[in-house]
Amino acid sequence: MIGLGHYLVVSAILLVLGVFGIFLNRKNIIIILMSIELILLAVNINLVAFSAALGDLVGQVFAMFVLTVAAAEAAIGLAIVVIYFRNRGSIEVEDVNLMRG
Amino acid sequence: MITMIAFYVFAAILIASATLVVSARNPVHSVLFLILAFFNAAGLFLLSGAEFLAMILVIVYVGAVAVLFLFVVMMLDVNFVAMREGVQRYAPIGATIGLVLFVELLMVMGAWRYAPSVSVLRAAPAPANVSNTAALGELIYTHDILLFQLAGMVLLVAMIGAIVLTLRDRTISRRQVIARQVARRAETTLELVPMALDAGVPVPSFRRPLPEPVASPEPASHHGALHHGEEH
Repeated sequence: MIGLGHYLVVSAILLVLGVFGIFLNRKNIIIILMSIELILLAVNINLVAFSAALGDLVGQVFAMFVLTVAAAEAAIGLAIVVIYFRNRGSIEVEDVNLMRG
Repeated sequence: MITMIAFYVFAAILIASATLVVSARNPVHSVLFLILAFFNAAGLFLLSGAEFLAMILVIVYVGAVAVLFLFVVMMLDVNFVAMREGVQRYAPIGATIGLVLFVELLMVMGAWRYAPSVSVLRAAPAPANVSNTAALGELIYTHDILLFQLAGMVLLVAMIGAIVLTLRDRTISRRQVIARQVARRAETTLELVPMALDAGVPVPSFRRPLPEPVASPEPASHHGALHHGEEH
């Protein structure tokens, strides 16, 4: 049986890598979406590790819902990327000012 | 012992491939490393006893989400090399924030402890002698059924949203209008043309039914028919 701390360290590294990826690839929205997937994966590893350590299944149920939301988010995000590319011919995040926000 | 080795192998490959996801030059490589990362995360899930989630991770992420990413990356004609400008500019601040976050997480990790009553407070203790999938199924189909159905609703909304966002009305497509086909009469379509003997047929063409008032009449030839689809 592997200690809980090991899982927590792995998921902390993964989360930090995801955040770092968002900063590193400021222009490429596809890699930003992938970084968000990494962050959500880190959250899932945390939930599963605590679920295993406590013997409580609710953590795994919650991880499943996080997975669902992550899949939905990826689908919608990529759809937005595709229509943005169709309208503008580029996916550079820094140029996104259609809504003048 | 073998569990320990497996854990470290999975964790090392997971972290290495996550690093390559965010730092690869080619986004296709990023997606492939993302797939590798998900496989290794599934291995970690297996080691901690969450078999169902591991399989779901492989099926949903590797089978669907990663392929979706791959499709989008390959479909968009984007100069990804030019997009990596400014990486050097953003790397220091990103590294700083990441380091601060990591140190904070480590500080949290070193300081927390279980509450004394943690074993009493469990909401759904894992039953003994039941496989992980069966136990999870019993939980989500009974106690968490509302959440389960809401998750399905989230997926439905996401699916409809993605379709609505990316759907274009193609004007070139030729749709079947059943009413017009049924309303078609022989006298509007057929015409008897008196032909001279041995003169041959001048132009091989077919006649279309009388057009609707909005549509312009186009006696289309075989090739022209492609461009003058039925207006609807």
